[in-house]
Amino acid sequence: MKKSLVLVAALMAAGVVQAAGTLDKIKSSGTITLGVRESSGALGYTLGDGKYVGFHTEMAERISADLRKKLGLSSLTVKLQPVTSQNRIPLVENGTVDLECGSTTNNAARQKQVAFAVTTYVEEVRIAVKASSGITSIAQLNGKNVATTTGTTSVQLLRKHEKANGVDFKEVFGKDHADSFLLLESGRADAFVMDGQILAGNIAKAKNPKDFRIVGEVLNVEPIACMLRKDDAEFKTAVDDSIKGLIKTGDLAKLYDKWFMKPIPPAGTPVGLPLSEATKAAWANPNDKPAEEYAKK
Amino acid sequence: MADWDWQVFCRNTIDGEVMPRCFGDGGDITYLDWILSAWGWTASVSLLALAVAMLFGCLMGILRTTPSRGLVLLGDAWTELFRNIPVLVQVFLWYFVVPELVPALKQIPSFLLVVLGLGFFTSARVSEQVKAGIQSLPRGQRMAGQALGLTLAQTYRHVLLPMALRIVIPPLTSESMGIVKNSSVAFSVSVAELTMFARQAQEETSRGIEIYLAVTALYFITSILVYRVARLLEQRMRIPGTIGAGK
Repeated sequence: MKKSLVLVAALMAAGVVQAAGTLDKIKSSGTITLGVRESSGALGYTLGDGKYVGFHTEMAERISADLRKKLGLSSLTVKLQPVTSQNRIPLVENGTVDLECGSTTNNAARQKQVAFAVTTYVEEVRIAVKASSGITSIAQLNGKNVATTTGTTSVQLLRKHEKANGVDFKEVFGKDHADSFLLLESGRADAFVMDGQILAGNIAKAKNPKDFRIVGEVLNVEPIACMLRKDDAEFKTAVDDSIKGLIKTGDLAKLYDKWFMKPIPPAGTPVGLPLSEATKAAWANPNDKPAEEYAKK
Repeated sequence: MADWDWQVFCRNTIDGEVMPRCFGDGGDITYLDWILSAWGWTASVSLLALAVAMLFGCLMGILRTTPSRGLVLLGDAWTELFRNIPVLVQVFLWYFVVPELVPALKQIPSFLLVVLGLGFFTSARVSEQVKAGIQSLPRGQRMAGQALGLTLAQTYRHVLLPMALRIVIPPLTSESMGIVKNSSVAFSVSVAELTMFARQAQEETSRGIEIYLAVTALYFITSILVYRVARLLEQRMRIPGTIGAGK
């Protein structure tokens, strides 16, 4: 008898957890867990000692503050859980992380597993070259050494570009962005193809930032957005409303200015990447369209 | 386990379409084509580096047992230099630093630099084992050779090395298997081997578990093959009744 009562109670408890949305979970536990990145450029990075900063990291903290007000909680504990490209989706799906704001591209494949808040940053894949090289467009890279980083979508992008335009790059791969930039700096590569903010960040940190230039056409556009659990409309609306509020009050623009235009820790150098037209457009019409919709244009 | 998708290997690397025959055609490749080519790179780097390691390792190991102080110093210096620097750092030195000093080296493909880097690193370990093998022989062997009127080179060729090299086959087997696994450092200087394949393909396909399992299996198979070959060699070379001849 006793055993079955415990069982029933357990089943009910499980049922409650199942049915409860993220908002209820935050309200009842008084905690929200944010997924943060350790090395995603100015979007989200660590200063060591468990400190996480960056444009999207700070934005997530602002969203948490809005959620606290909305839920009428006197205090809300914000836990930061570092995530990687490999584990971020499983951790959001299984409930370890409630909201992940880092450098996750919103695309159709991922929308099958998770949901995305409205796009807050639009990444443009660009080309960095040495200023002295005279290269100004991707067409001039035929037969040249082109560096990019292993484990990024840019590798596939170059492959597709070669196939579509019948050109041939000699690809060289760095194991991380710093390596790829070294390939460009040391002359082993004539160009470095990567997300614009990563290029800008690496150039800012170079010995002579003036020696490098970001040139040419935008090779690809990817909407970056906060990731949350699928089928939780209530939570998504709350997060979206908070972001829309930040856009309306101009706070998001201030945050952008703080992380992309002003000197940032630890080196105290600015990234120096002005707000792009694509990001402006995303803020003017908040939406959660996947990357595929952007590619159609 | 239920949601494993091994079909990921039949996907085209351009648009992710599943190819009917699992292999690409007309210049397109599938992830299966790619992993096989990556396996080829891993095998090539490993085998060539192994050749370099054995050549230089045996040479340096022998030098360290000769009566000439100069030669011993050379062998010792070589061994200490290459075994006291981490292999990844060595590969980076060959790739980024040395070409700054000798610009002509920039023309050398990164594949050859990795073969040399990994080969030299392992040669230091081989040298240590060859030296130990030679020193494990009773001193009388060397003296007997000399007493017979053999030159130093002849003593090594006909008396010492045939014994010593047989003794060190088992530890050298470990080194050979180690080189297969260490060859993964090649990905850091843009050689399209298995580790690079794993990192890139799992990003493109979001099928990390399947990709890493397949890559693990290929590393395992390669190492086991090396082990079997070395074992065969050991059995074929065995001289009954001598030291190290085993069961």
